[in-house]
Formats: sequence, structure tokens, C-alpha cells
Amino acid sequence: MIFLRLIATNLSRHRIRSLISMAGIAFSVAAMLTVVTVLEGAVGMFSGILSNDSQIIVFERNVSDLFFSSVPEAAAQAIASWPMVEHADPVLFGIVSSAGQPIITCFGVTASDARIAKAAWTAGKRSDFGQHADDVALGQRAAEFMAAKVGDRVPIGHGSFHVIGIVKTTNGFEDGGVFMPLDAAQKFFHKEGASSVITVKLWDKSQAAAFKNMVKAKYPNLIGLEDEEFNHSYSQFRILKATAWAVGACGLLLGGLGVANTMIMSVFTRIREIAILRVNGFSRTQVGGLIFGESALVSLLGAALGLTMGSGFLLVLKETPALHGYIDASLRPAVMLVVIALALMTGIAGALYPAVYAMRIRAVEALRFE
Amino acid sequence: MRTMEQESGSGRVVLCAEGVWKSYDDGAVTVLKGVDMEVSAGQTVALCGPSGCGKSTLLHLFGGLDEADRGRIVVNGAEVNRHGDLLRLLRREVGFVFQLHNLIPDLTLEENCLIPTVAAGTPRAMARARLGELAERTGLSHRLGHRIQKLSGGERQRTALCRALMNRPRILLADEPTGSLDEQTSEVVLELLLDLAAGEGVTLLMATHDRGLAARCDRMVEMHDGRIHEPAYA
Repeated sequence: MIFLRLIATNLSRHRIRSLISMAGIAFSVAAMLTVVTVLEGAVGMFSGILSNDSQIIVFERNVSDLFFSSVPEAAAQAIASWPMVEHADPVLFGIVSSAGQPIITCFGVTASDARIAKAAWTAGKRSDFGQHADDVALGQRAAEFMAAKVGDRVPIGHGSFHVIGIVKTTNGFEDGGVFMPLDAAQKFFHKEGASSVITVKLWDKSQAAAFKNMVKAKYPNLIGLEDEEFNHSYSQFRILKATAWAVGACGLLLGGLGVANTMIMSVFTRIREIAILRVNGFSRTQVGGLIFGESALVSLLGAALGLTMGSGFLLVLKETPALHGYIDASLRPAVMLVVIALALMTGIAGALYPAVYAMRIRAVEALRFE
Repeated sequence: MRTMEQESGSGRVVLCAEGVWKSYDDGAVTVLKGVDMEVSAGQTVALCGPSGCGKSTLLHLFGGLDEADRGRIVVNGAEVNRHGDLLRLLRREVGFVFQLHNLIPDLTLEENCLIPTVAAGTPRAMARARLGELAERTGLSHRLGHRIQKLSGGERQRTALCRALMNRPRILLADEPTGSLDEQTSEVVLELLLDLAAGEGVTLLMATHDRGLAARCDRMVEMHDGRIHEPAYA
């Protein structure tokens, strides 16, 4: 108890200094949490698009980005006919812009695709989809920001399209996106006869390995990956996740320097007090424990504050009109635990030098020079 | 740590210095020049001499806070050196009282006194019982929850005395314990120091340059220029 009291007393003695250190950790944690959650959420949403009613994704081998992948339509038709395949849906991705919305994700799909067939249509009829080349269905949020309703014509990119329906999905990209008939999308994006990917559902998931081998044998320039495999191996996802953690780590490094500075000052200003503890039987380990305890407390309080701030930032981002639907603000316990652990490790690392210095203080010298 | 059994004429020797030399600044300043001294269990001994004669240094050596350049320091039969169990010495064998009380100002009287028990890992209930007992005897029971800044000089020194005795050490090393107090408070603190030493059966070695106070001890030892000038045991 006294040990904890000593830790608390030392921190409260220089409140402003302690608070600044805590704020440093808090901002770092908030930044890390926000960036990681936003990017992980975005990755989750994108992989959700791919895994919609499917287990395997087939795309062009060695392509750096799915938007650049080109899968021949003939391959999609052939794969759909394989006995192990329940359905195979070609999907063409594209990015278009509209007035006031610089980025809208466009999905070129067939009428039988689950994204259309199983979506909740809030307006229009799904049977109308694909009847005309200039027909589109809008995600509900896309309809809101385009102020469009069924029957309207909307400008998208360099064209004008007729809205035949509005669908509501839980996926931000889909809800803020445009669904075009596949052939219309191929024409619009100058990718006639091709799609970006084929999403495949098998009758029996245990045949996934056999399916992937067949893809490899029949189409050497294509690759089939199960959803989990794809999420782990897709380079864009890996780059995004690594970037998020790297940005957060840089923030924490700065926070750690703040803690180190505070702890150094804290030790230097109470050399005599540490000497008193030593004279009263405190071991070097106990003295070190005090210093590490202080930095750990600063880090943990900073982390708690940072998590609160980060959650707030995420909510603000989620509610920002321009980002509606694109931000998944749900905090994942694993991410929170990693962020807290990193904050704690940063604090402890920051206290390393001060603790060693404190442990080496010779009581007799500190007391002699009163 | 080498154990030794030593007896002097008046009882078991608990503090022993044999040919102890100590210098600072790479030998530029020699403070102790071959000190020989023995203190028997239960004795109260005043170590007198002018400032800078080496009294504090000798106390620090006995308490394991510093190491002799030459010679041997033996406390309770065990030699004190870097290979010894210095933590046990500080936690169990000796208690220190300094001229400046050396209390932690932001903690309460109670918390300051409990510090040695935290270091030693004494069970909390036992530590509190001991504190209650010492606080009662030093008249500090009503001040336990007060911060050090709120205490008078005499109360602070009494607090330091309580703290030094918390782990029931067998030896009390007091370095000018009344040096920062007025005459009247000095008298009260010294009386308490001697009473507690007698009551607890503690051996007291007290550095002082006040011969009036020194005369109240069982024995007075003179130090001058780093040497003991009177017989260490008379």
C-alpha cells in the first residue's frame, strides 16, 4: 500500500509534468487506435464484399491491386460449370466520381449475383436489374448523397444512368456504391469481356483445395484463394495494416520519449528521497520497481484516456457526412489489448534509464551533500 | 559474510572497528585513520568530536552505507563489506537517525514510519501494531495522519526515531540527532532516545559534538582528526 502510495505521491507532486506525459501517451494511443480501427474496418468491409455468399475468390495472379486484375469472362463461365461449384459470379470493380462525391465504388455484377439477388431493395424491383445498359441500382447512402430516387437519371463519371432501384446493405462500400450490369460496367470501364474477380461458392467447402488446384491447372495466370487466405496474403491489405501500425508506433515512440523525460526529471529531483529509502532498507529492485511503477501508471492512465479519446474520434468520423458508412467504429478487443500493451511497454522502456540511474544512487553520497 | 563471536570485558561486542581507514576524492582527503573501536550490546555510547573528524563516516561504515578502504567493520558478529548481506543489515540489524530528520515530506507520519517495514516485507498488521506502540511511547499517536510539513522539528525527529525502530533493530546509529533542534527540544528528544534504547534493549552509538548530551550516555568516545583518542572501551 505504501509502495503504491509512494508511486501516486511522486506523480501527484508534479501534476502538470505527469499530466503532460499522460497526454502524450493518450494522444499516441488515440491516434493508433483510430488509424488501426479505421483501416482494419476498411479492410474488413472490402473483404466482406468479396466474401458475400462465397468462399473463394479467383483473380489474376501476381496483381498488386484487385482493381488491376483482369479475369476473362470465359473463365468465369467455365468455372461456373464445374461440378463442385454452386455458383461463380464475375465482379468488376471500378472507381467513379459524381458531383460532390469524388470517389464512388462501382460494382459490375450479373443479376444473379448475391449482392443484387439477396440485397434488401428499399425501392425499385430487383427483376428490373440488367434490363437496360444504362440502368443502375444505388446503395442507400449513395442515393442519399446523390439525392436520387428510382426513375431519376444521375450523372456518374462521364455518363448518365437511370436509377432502377435502391438497395440497403451493411457494408459501407456497397451502401455508398453503384451497382451496374456487368456488361455495362465492362463498357464503361473499357474492360470488355473481363471482370476483376470471380467470387465462388462451392457445394462442399472441403473441396476448396481441389478447386484451387483446378484453377491453377486450367488457368495458370489466375489464382484461387479462400477468403481467409486472401485476407492474410493480399498485399494491399498487408500494406494498409502495416502502415496503420507503423503510424501508431511512431506516435507511441513520441509518447515514450515524453515518459522518459518525465521519469528522468522525477528521479533527478528526488535523489535524496531515494537515498532515504535505501537507508531504510529498500533494495535496488524495490527502488527500480517504484520508477517502473510510476511510468506504468502514467502509461496505463494515458492508455485509458487514449482509448476514450480514440473512441470519440471514431464516433466523430463515423458521423461525419462525407464518411458515412465507410467508417467501422466498432472497437475490437484484440486491437485494444495490443494498444494497451504497446503503451505499457513504451512507458516501461521510457523508464529504463531513469530506473537504472535511481538504482545506482549511493545513499551515503546523496545524504552527505545536504 | 564471516561470523565472529567476540566478547569484551563488559559483554558481547556488537559493533567493532579494527584498523579502519577511509578516504575520499581518490585518497586526497583521509577521514578515518586507523580507527579501532568496540561497543558492547546494550551500551549507549557518545561519539564526540568536532565537525569533520569522521564521526558520521564511522556511523555510515557501521550501517553498511559505505565501505572502508582498509580494516574491518563487524556488526553483530558479521563482517560488513560489499559481499555481505547489506540489506539485512539495514532492514534488521541497524536503524539510523540523522541530524536532518530525512523524512519524506509528502507522506504522512504514519507512512514515513512504515517505509522500513515495506522494505523488509513485514506483514501490515504487525507493522501497524508496532507503529502504534512506538507512537504511543513517543507521544505521536494523535499525529499519525499528519503530513511531515505540519509537524514541528521535535515531532519530526521523534518520527525519525520511530521509523528507525520500526523493524526492532538491535543497534541504533544516531548522527547528531539533536543537532537541528533547540535546547529544550533537544533535551526531550535525547531523553526519549535514551529511554527507548533502554526499553528496547538497543545498543546506541550517537555522534554528537554536544558534550552535555554525551555525558548522559554510558560511555563517551573522543574522535579527533580521524582517530579515536580515548580508549575505545574504558
